[in-house]
Amino acid sequence: MIEVKDLHKAFGDVRAVDGVGFSARDGEITGLLGPNGAGKTTTLRMLYTLMTPDRGQVLVDGIDAAVDPLAVRRRLGVLPDARGLYKRLTARENIDYFARLQGLPDDELRTRREALVQALEMGDIADRRTEGFSQGQRVKTAIARALIHDPGNVILDEPTNGLDVMATRALRQFMLKLRAEGRCVLFSSHIMQEVGALCDRIVVIARGRVVADETPDALRAQTGEANLEDAFVKIIGSDEGLAA
Amino acid sequence: MNAIQPTRVRRSRAFVTVFLKEVRENLRDRRTLISAFVTGPLLTPLIFVMLISVSIHRQLDKAEQPLKVPVIGAQYAPNLIDALKAGGIVPQPAIADPEKAVREQEADLVLRLSAEYPKAWRQGEPVQVEMIYDSSQRDAGGSVDRVNQLVQSYARQQGVMRLVARGLSPGTAWPVQVARRDQATAESRAVLLFNMLPYLFVLTIFIGGMYLAIDLTAGERERQSLEPLFANPVPRWKILLGKLAAICAFSTASLLICLLAFSLVGRFLPTDKLGMEINLGWHFAANVLLLQWPMIVLLAALQSLVAAFAKSYREAQTYLSLLMMLPILPSILLMVMPVKPQDWMYAVPLLGQHLGIIDLLRGTGVAPMHMLLCLAGTAAAALVAVAIGMQLYRSERLAISG
Repeated sequence: MIEVKDLHKAFGDVRAVDGVGFSARDGEITGLLGPNGAGKTTTLRMLYTLMTPDRGQVLVDGIDAAVDPLAVRRRLGVLPDARGLYKRLTARENIDYFARLQGLPDDELRTRREALVQALEMGDIADRRTEGFSQGQRVKTAIARALIHDPGNVILDEPTNGLDVMATRALRQFMLKLRAEGRCVLFSSHIMQEVGALCDRIVVIARGRVVADETPDALRAQTGEANLEDAFVKIIGSDEGLAA
Repeated sequence: MNAIQPTRVRRSRAFVTVFLKEVRENLRDRRTLISAFVTGPLLTPLIFVMLISVSIHRQLDKAEQPLKVPVIGAQYAPNLIDALKAGGIVPQPAIADPEKAVREQEADLVLRLSAEYPKAWRQGEPVQVEMIYDSSQRDAGGSVDRVNQLVQSYARQQGVMRLVARGLSPGTAWPVQVARRDQATAESRAVLLFNMLPYLFVLTIFIGGMYLAIDLTAGERERQSLEPLFANPVPRWKILLGKLAAICAFSTASLLICLLAFSLVGRFLPTDKLGMEINLGWHFAANVLLLQWPMIVLLAALQSLVAAFAKSYREAQTYLSLLMMLPILPSILLMVMPVKPQDWMYAVPLLGQHLGIIDLLRGTGVAPMHMLLCLAGTAAAALVAVAIGMQLYRSERLAISG
């Protein structure tokens, strides 16, 4: 469960995030939708405590991120916009590194890692150095690394960015599996179809503010547009930065 | 609340984890390996030893080998020429333009005797022997001194004979005589040659850790891996300490290899031929290591700080090569203005290590108080640098690459 209340963050004169608030519930997939530069990544960075909000509150499973950032990070699995694998380490070693930083005991580490390697179908690449991995292989490794500690809340920043059709489909299946396991899944995207197909709830961000927070159906009803993309354009008031 | 909770109380040993990962990852990087374990620690001793050997051999060669000197008007002073021959000089035929020959380094020096020589000599008047040389040619210095000494001693010998022939004591002509009593021990003479050694050690430490320092801050940011790393439930200062430890491990290894190389190669130095004694054995190595350990931490912290300010790997490389100039300062300062070492100087990082190593080379050993000052001074500086690094690591901007 992730609760965000009235977040503000400015860089100099630029108000990147200007009053964002929403909730992402357990057992649901929540999509953070918005055009490029709307403030999605900055919002997520405040969620996983990489940045401190100027104002507002982040609660993860009821824990205030400002009070106990370490406990919050322990309950989060994060796939940042920057995947940042260590290219001189193999996929398994990349995963192990984060597992140890999470404090996983060795036996648990092994079981969790192999389960993830299987679930993400990366057995054939697990012992290769990540240098030269395809975008899809990189995302898989980064996701396995992010989920190694079995977090209840999963944050994915533009997870399908740069993936081909097959990899995207596989990733969607994986996200549905995470939801079925009762986790709280929060992901950002600027791609309509993806959000519409996956999400239980859509939070639309534009110019640093939440402009809609509904189920996909309610969103269509609210705007009177049967097509989600048209609904989206209507909500944010322009079609700039949109990718269908 | 969430159904999936962490099942056990997990304690992360972040420091060790980060340290081991960085060491392992960098052991796989050929450039880091070569610079930390080959070029850094081995190249400097080799070049150093080669330079010293060459310079020693050259001095020895010059002292022992026959020296060819063109002489103009050799026929006027057969006795002087005989005396020079006895001193190992081989007179060469006269050349047309001695000044030009010297300027163009065709000859180190040329002797010129005037046609007046025999007449003046017979009348007991002072005669002139012209020595044409170029003092800006360092190389020629030894030859010039040697010929000069031979001529002087010939003159003196002849003078003594003339005085004796006139029934005077030779002492009348030289009321004051200089008696040289050189207090330099064999070791302290070697120090002159080894003045660059302290800098070489610092340089080795610097190069040993350099690629790691860049990789662990600027490099990691360029690869955008700091952001996911900081998403882990580990305080950033622990991550920094793990990284610093990895840098220190590499630079320490570098220094060890360098010391080992010196102790091996030092045995083949022909220093004894110059009446010198230099001991680069285990005792020396252990003391250098002791003197340098706070310096290792200080340099690691400084390198990380500088690299953290850089936006990219290349930028960090540029900054660090500038920082590399810094440790040479004490060596140069002490060379151009030799001051008597004061106690406080030992507490100054770099300067303290320099003086300490010179003390070791001199054979006197480092006084316990000086050792303590050196360690404490540098350790304090290292602590400050690490603290600044920790502060910097807390900054929000550090992790953001885009």
